[in-house]
Amino acid sequence: MAFWNDRHTRGVLYQVAALGGVILVGGILVSNTMDNLARQNIATGFRFLTREAGFGISEHLVDYSPADTYLRALYVGLLNTLRIALSGIALATLLGIVVGFARLSSNWLVARLASVYVEVTRNVPVLLHLFFWYAVVTQAFPSPGAALEPITGFFLSNRGVAISWPGLGVPTLDGFNFRGGAVLSPELSALLIGIAIYTSGFIAETVRGGILSVPKGQLEAARSMGLTGWQVLRFVTMPLALRAIVPGTTNQYLNLAKNSALAVAIGYPDFVSVANTTINQTGQAIEGVAMIMAAYLTLSLLISAFMNWYNRHVALIGERS
Amino acid sequence: MTARFLKEGTILYGLFGTWYNALLTLLSLWIIVEWVPPLLDWGIFSAKTAPDPAACRATFGACWGFIHEKYRLILFGGYPFEHQWRPLLTSIIFVVLLVTSCNKRFWQPSLAAAWVLALITMFVLMHGGVLGLPVVESSRWGGLPLTLILAVFGLGIAFPFAVVLALGRRSKLPVIRAICITFIEVVRGVPLISLLFMASVMVPLFLPEGITVDKLIRAEVGIIIFAAAYSAESVRGGLQALNRGQEEAADALGLSYFDKTWRIVLPQALRIAIPSITNNFISTFKDTSLVVVIGMFDLLGALKASLNDAQWRTFYVEGYLFVAAIYFVFCIGMSKYAQYLENDIGRTTAKPS
Amino acid sequence: MSRNVIVWAVVIIVSAVGGALIQGQIDQKSAPVAAKSEPKSAPAATTPAAPAQTAATGGTLDAVRQRGSVLCGVNTGLAGFGIADSQGKWTGLDVDICRGVAAAVLGDAEKVKYTPLTTQQRFTALQSKEIDILSRNTTWTLGRDTSLGLNFVGITFFDGQGFMVRTASKVTNAKSLNGATVCVQPGTTTELNLADFFRSNNMKFQPVVIESLQELTGAFVAGRCDAMTTDISGLVSIRATQAKPDDFLVLPDVISKEPLGPVVRHGDDQWFDIVKWTIFAMIEAEEKGITSANVEQMKSSEDPAIKRLLGVTAGNGEALGLKEDWAANVIKLVGNYGESYDRNIKAQLGLERGINNLWTKGGLVYAPPVR
Repeated sequence: MAFWNDRHTRGVLYQVAALGGVILVGGILVSNTMDNLARQNIATGFRFLTREAGFGISEHLVDYSPADTYLRALYVGLLNTLRIALSGIALATLLGIVVGFARLSSNWLVARLASVYVEVTRNVPVLLHLFFWYAVVTQAFPSPGAALEPITGFFLSNRGVAISWPGLGVPTLDGFNFRGGAVLSPELSALLIGIAIYTSGFIAETVRGGILSVPKGQLEAARSMGLTGWQVLRFVTMPLALRAIVPGTTNQYLNLAKNSALAVAIGYPDFVSVANTTINQTGQAIEGVAMIMAAYLTLSLLISAFMNWYNRHVALIGERS
Repeated sequence: MTARFLKEGTILYGLFGTWYNALLTLLSLWIIVEWVPPLLDWGIFSAKTAPDPAACRATFGACWGFIHEKYRLILFGGYPFEHQWRPLLTSIIFVVLLVTSCNKRFWQPSLAAAWVLALITMFVLMHGGVLGLPVVESSRWGGLPLTLILAVFGLGIAFPFAVVLALGRRSKLPVIRAICITFIEVVRGVPLISLLFMASVMVPLFLPEGITVDKLIRAEVGIIIFAAAYSAESVRGGLQALNRGQEEAADALGLSYFDKTWRIVLPQALRIAIPSITNNFISTFKDTSLVVVIGMFDLLGALKASLNDAQWRTFYVEGYLFVAAIYFVFCIGMSKYAQYLENDIGRTTAKPS
Repeated sequence: MSRNVIVWAVVIIVSAVGGALIQGQIDQKSAPVAAKSEPKSAPAATTPAAPAQTAATGGTLDAVRQRGSVLCGVNTGLAGFGIADSQGKWTGLDVDICRGVAAAVLGDAEKVKYTPLTTQQRFTALQSKEIDILSRNTTWTLGRDTSLGLNFVGITFFDGQGFMVRTASKVTNAKSLNGATVCVQPGTTTELNLADFFRSNNMKFQPVVIESLQELTGAFVAGRCDAMTTDISGLVSIRATQAKPDDFLVLPDVISKEPLGPVVRHGDDQWFDIVKWTIFAMIEAEEKGITSANVEQMKSSEDPAIKRLLGVTAGNGEALGLKEDWAANVIKLVGNYGESYDRNIKAQLGLERGINNLWTKGGLVYAPPVR
C-alpha cells in the first residue's frame, strides 16, 4: 500500500495543506496590505491612540472633554456600548418573559395579542425599528420650551426624557436644554426601545418553547401532590423550562449586543460610532475595524461565559459536568 | 362564580373563567378599543392618497400620497426611470422562483439549474450591455431588487462554504477543526456592521495594486462571510441530529469519507437542517438592510432617500410602515414555511436516538 | 458545558497571536521596503526621463486613457457641489472638476464615472484606486495631506464653518449658543472645529452626531438640535431645500477656514499636475474672459497668454503629457471657473462670489501663469 493511502498519513497531509492554505491566503493579504500602505505613505500602528481626539461626545459615563485622547474617547464609547447592551438585555428579557407567558395564556385574546406582537417585531429589520423609533422620539415630541409634563418632575420633549432623581435634582429649563435630574437622550431611548422590542419577540418565543418542553406528566404529578398553581410554576415548570430557555436566550443576548452596534446609524455614541469617527479623523481604517472586532469578540466571550456559568447553575444535578 | 357556568377548556372559560383572566381580557379589550379605531381612522378613513403634500398636512390622517408619489423610488432606488421594468422583472423572477422552491415536488437537480439560469438572467437584466439593453452601473441599482440580490446571492454563495465549514468543525483532524471553529466563532462574535466596514474600507487595501472590486460585490462578500458562519451552525445542527447508525453503517460498508459524506450524510443532514437554514435566510434578508450604513440604497436606503425630499419629510411613519410591510410579508411567509417544514420533517424523519 | 468558554478562549488567543504575528511582519516588512526604496530611487534620479518615475509609481493617466473614462469620487448628494438628478445626471462645482479633467485628457467631458462616497469611505476609495480623483467638498488639512498618502490639488472653493439656527430661537450670533445642542457630522473637520470653538470661548455644547447629512438635517429640522453646523455653503444649500427656508437662519459668524478642493493619490506627479492645471486653466480662462461660448473665436486672439492657454502656441500640452487643445476642451465643454460657479453655486444655492471671486476683483481665486 502506498503511503498516501494510509489513513493517518493522509490526515496529516490534509491538515498540513489546510494550514498551509490559510497561512498562504493570510500571508498574501497581509503582504498586499503592507505593500499598499507602504507605497501610499499611509500611517500605520496604534500611535494615534495617545493623540488628542478633539471631538465632543454627548453622553459619557466618565469625565470626557475634546482635549482627551483617542484612547479615552474609545473608552467612553466602550462604556456606552456596555450600558446599552446591559440595559437592553434587562428590558428585552422583561418584555420577552411577559409576552412569552402571554402567548401561552389560556386567555384567547391575550394569546392572540401576544402572537401579533411577536410576529410584527420579529419580522421587521432591527435597523428599521431603530429609524422608526428615532423618528418618533425626535419628531413627535415638542421642543424643550413646550415640554410635556404628565407627572410633576417628569419632562418629555424632543431632547428626551428628563426626570427628577434623588441626588441629581429637579430638571429645569435653562437656556436651550434641561439641566439637573436624570436625562435619557432621544438616541439612547430610541436605541433601547428599538433593540429591546426587536429582541423581546425572539426571547418570548424561546420562553414559550422552553415552557412547552416541560413534560405534561411532571405538571400532573406536581398538581396531584397538592401544589398550588404558583408553586407548580416556581418549583417544577421554571426549573425544568430554564434548562431549555437559557441556551436560546444566550444567543439572543449575543445578538442584542451585536445589534447595539447599529447605534452608529442614529447617532448614539457607542464604541462603533466613536471608532468610526476615529477612522475618519485619522484615516487608519484597519486599526479601527480591528478594534471594533476585538471589542465585540471580548463582549461576546463575556456574555457566553456568564450564561454558561448560569446554565450550569440551573442544570439538574445529574447533568452538571 | 362564573366558572361554574363555563366549562373548563373553552374559549369563554379562558376569557372569563378566573378573576385574573377576566381582568386581562378587560385590559386587552381596552387596549383594542383605545387603539384600533383611531388607527383605522388614521390609516383609512381620514387618510389622503393623492400625492399632494399640502392636502396631507391639512388632515390628521395618514398620507399615503407620499407612497403614491415615491413608490418607484422606494422600490427601485436610483435605477433609470425608463428602464425600471428591468428591476421589476428581476424582482418578479426572484419571487416566483422562491415560491416554486418552497414546493417539495420541485426539489430536483433541475431546480438548481433553474436557479443558476435565473440568477444569470437577472444579472443580465439588471446590468444590461447585451440585447440592446443599455448598461446600468451597479452603483445605481437600488430598492427591493438590491435587497433580494444581496440576500439570495449572499446565502446562495455562502451555502457551499457553510457545508464545508460544518463538516470541518466535526472533522477528526484537529488542525482543520481549529481553523473552522476559529472562523465560525470569530465571525459570529462580531457585528455584521464591522464586516461591512471591513468590506467597504479594508478590502480595497487587501487586494494587490491595480485590482479594484465593485462596491456591491464587496458588500456581498461581507454578507457571504456572515451568512456562511451562521449557516454552518445550522448545517452542524443537521449533522448532529443525524442518527449515528447511518455513519457507522457507511463505515462498515467501507465507503470513503467523500462517498460517505456526499451520498449518506449530507442528503439526510441537509434535509433536517432546511428549516433552520430558512430561518438563516430570513435573518440574512433582514440584515441586508445594514448596507444603508455603508451608503448603499437597498429598500430601506431608498426609502430614506425619498424622505430627504423636504416636502414629504414629515410623513416618515407612512414610509416606514410601507417598507416594514414589504419586509414583513417576505419574512412571515418564509417563517411560516419554515415552521411547516419543521413539523413535516419531524413527521417523516426518524428521531435521532 | 464549559466547552464554549474554552472555544472562545482559543479563538481570542489565536487572534491575539495572529495579530502579534501580523504586527511583527509589519515591522519586518517595513524595514526592507524602506531599505529597498533607496537603491531604486538612486537610478531613477540618474535617468533623465521624469515619466519613468511616474510610470513606476502611478500611471493614472495611462489607466484613464486605456479605460476611456475618469473615475470620480463625489458626494452622495450635496446641491451645488455634487448631486444626481432623477435621471442620474451629476451636476455641481465638484463634478465640473472631474468633467474638466475628462475633457482635458479624453476630449469628452461626459466620460466620467461617478462613485458616491460617504465621509468614511472617501479616502480609502482614493487610496485603493477605486477612483482617480476625489472631488467631494473635502477640506485641505496638514494631517490629510501627509498621513493619508494623498495630495490636495488646490482650492476650488474657499469656505468657512458656520451655524444655522431656527429663526424662532431668536439666536443671532454664535457666542450665544452656550449650552446648545448642536447637530454635526462625525469624522469631519467641522466636528473638530466645533469642539475648538466652544472650548476657546469657554462654552458648553451637546453634540448630536449622525454620519448621513440627510439624516442629520432631518434631526435638526425636527428640533432635535438647537443649531446645526457645517460649511456655510452646505448650510445655505440645506436651508434652500427646506419647505420654508425663512424658518431658518444662518448665523453671520465664521468659525474656521475650510478650503475645499479635489484630492489625488500621493506619488503620481503627472496626474497631480494634470488635475492641478485643469483647475488653473478654468480660473485663467475666466480672468482672460474666455467662456465656453467664445472659446473658438478667442483662438484667434493676439494675446500671447490666451494663445498659450488655448494651445495655439504649442508646448504646454506636451509638458503635461496631453494634447495641445487640452485647455480649450476644458473651457468649451465645461466652461471657465466663473461659469461653473454661477451655474452651480449661485443658481442652486444663491451664494454670491464673495472671497471666491477672482483676485482681480477682490477675491482669493488666483492661478499661476500658464506658460
